Amino acid sequence: MSQQVFAYIIHKDGVVDDTALEMIAAAGKLDPDALVTAVVAGIGAELNAVCDEVASSFVEVWKINNEALAYVDAEVLRGLLVRILPKDSIVLVPHDHFGMDLAPGLSIKLETAYLPDAIGFEGIEDEKLKVVREEYSGQVSTHVLCDISNGAVITTRPGAFKADESKSASGKIVDKTGEAMEGDFPGGARRFLEVVEAEVGDVDITKSDILVSVGRGIDDEDNMEIIFDLAQAIGGDVSCSRPIVDAKWLEKSRQVGTSGQTVKPKVYLALGISGSFQHLGGIKGAPFVVAINKNPKAPIFQFADVGIVDDILDFVPELTDRINDLKSS
Amino acid sequence: MEILVCVKRVPDTSENEIEVNRDGTDIERDDLVYSVNEWDNYAVEEAIQIRDKVGGSVTVVSVGDEEAEEVVRREMAMGADKGILLSDDTFEGSDGKGVASIIKAEVEKGNYDLIMTGAQADEGAGQVGGMLAAMLDWPYASLVNLIEIVDDKKIKVGREIAGGNQEIYEIDLPCVLSIQTGINEPRYVGIRGIRKVASMEIPVHGTSELGIDPESVGKSGAKVKRLDYFVPELGEGAEILEGSADEIIDKLIEFLKAKGGIK
Repeated sequence: MSQQVFAYIIHKDGVVDDTALEMIAAAGKLDPDALVTAVVAGIGAELNAVCDEVASSFVEVWKINNEALAYVDAEVLRGLLVRILPKDSIVLVPHDHFGMDLAPGLSIKLETAYLPDAIGFEGIEDEKLKVVREEYSGQVSTHVLCDISNGAVITTRPGAFKADESKSASGKIVDKTGEAMEGDFPGGARRFLEVVEAEVGDVDITKSDILVSVGRGIDDEDNMEIIFDLAQAIGGDVSCSRPIVDAKWLEKSRQVGTSGQTVKPKVYLALGISGSFQHLGGIKGAPFVVAINKNPKAPIFQFADVGIVDDILDFVPELTDRINDLKSS
Repeated sequence: MEILVCVKRVPDTSENEIEVNRDGTDIERDDLVYSVNEWDNYAVEEAIQIRDKVGGSVTVVSVGDEEAEEVVRREMAMGADKGILLSDDTFEGSDGKGVASIIKAEVEKGNYDLIMTGAQADEGAGQVGGMLAAMLDWPYASLVNLIEIVDDKKIKVGREIAGGNQEIYEIDLPCVLSIQTGINEPRYVGIRGIRKVASMEIPVHGTSELGIDPESVGKSGAKVKRLDYFVPELGEGAEILEGSADEIIDKLIEFLKAKGGIK
């Protein structure tokens, strides 16, 4: 591969995101000889600290330092990146809420191919990269060919590539601020105002040892009772996946996943949850996971320790009854 | 406010198990139930609510084959004023950029203030809205879960970010937004609602109406092409408990006791 590879580094409060080292691993899968340049935007001492840390893993670090980047707005950053990135480069960006905001438009502005949410790379032939993706919420996988002859913007799924922890580089830090700031400051039509923090709910599921988590399989709000009954029987708290919050059957503070809470229970019961990667991304600390789902192909069965293929509406009340019988006997 | 909402007809994953066909060229399409992409439905609901508040019109547009007309009509039954189908044999095999450029051609025929897409669809790409905005040089926000109309020049939007937090932006119109589920509660559409709009005309625009070079879209214009579908080699996965319902419950309770899952 003749092109330069870049990775956009996400950091928050001086902490480098896990995806940074995952993108090095991803680049290695693209081309074992790839020399990856990290691109880091931010401000002042915090930015310098992040660059120093990143330099231990990347051969080169491009720094964009400006007070307007204290909170990095994807619309602004896109305008700046277009000025510094070579036209035919391969640009890796994490497929998270920031990457999804930045990357599709970046590919248009760089006039390159766009390949979203890659979970694996399987080689390059005739300047076409073979990529593994998932469709239908992970129910099926696909191979996709991406023509990278004029470069590509590729978003990589967080957690899909095993981080390269070798820290074997001692990268050179290059200040690209001047080049990035040439011309009008971009992104003026969208102005960042504030971050509204999540509301704290009545139950803090991040502190629960046992979570009884409910998903779309519950089918109707009237059925929610069976979940609370089971939680009470085993002494757990009720959490949920996204569709339950969308339907307003539970408050947002009970949602497990990348856009909700990150939980670390000892035992996690996934009831009628198919197991999207966004949901699984919120489960940490390797709990014992029980999945109950009527679809034997649901991705949750790959993640769980123990699985039961059944309709939760039938199974859960029976389970609750038995546990209550045991306790009273 | 003139609002355009982009919708897609997709296999309904809540109604079907999606499986790969025998030779891996496609998913098994026999007996599939199709519906409007879930995210798009929230976008249409949001557009209707905005129109009802500040006036204007809602147009629903879909890139697809003739069967995509049914989802356009369904969204008109929800309350959208107009529907347009962007359909041409040469559109088949378009990648995200191809779809965005087809929609861009339609956008340029109109006078829209606001364009909405779903945050993602069946392929999980989440790409068309951001590409369309960049092609039009309009501002963009993805994963939008709040919209407030400030005046006819600007709006305030919330974006869903990690940990249940929300970024708030002010955006000038015209702009493009991708809509996250949960932003509203989409209204129910019954058979009667669909009957009401059954006779409304849905114009079909192809390459000639849109002034698109057929080579620039479809398979010929695509830089990204799907090779196959496959079922990945799975790890061992969960230990599936089998037996009678009673036996399964016994085994599960043993597991839960051992792992601290019953207090």
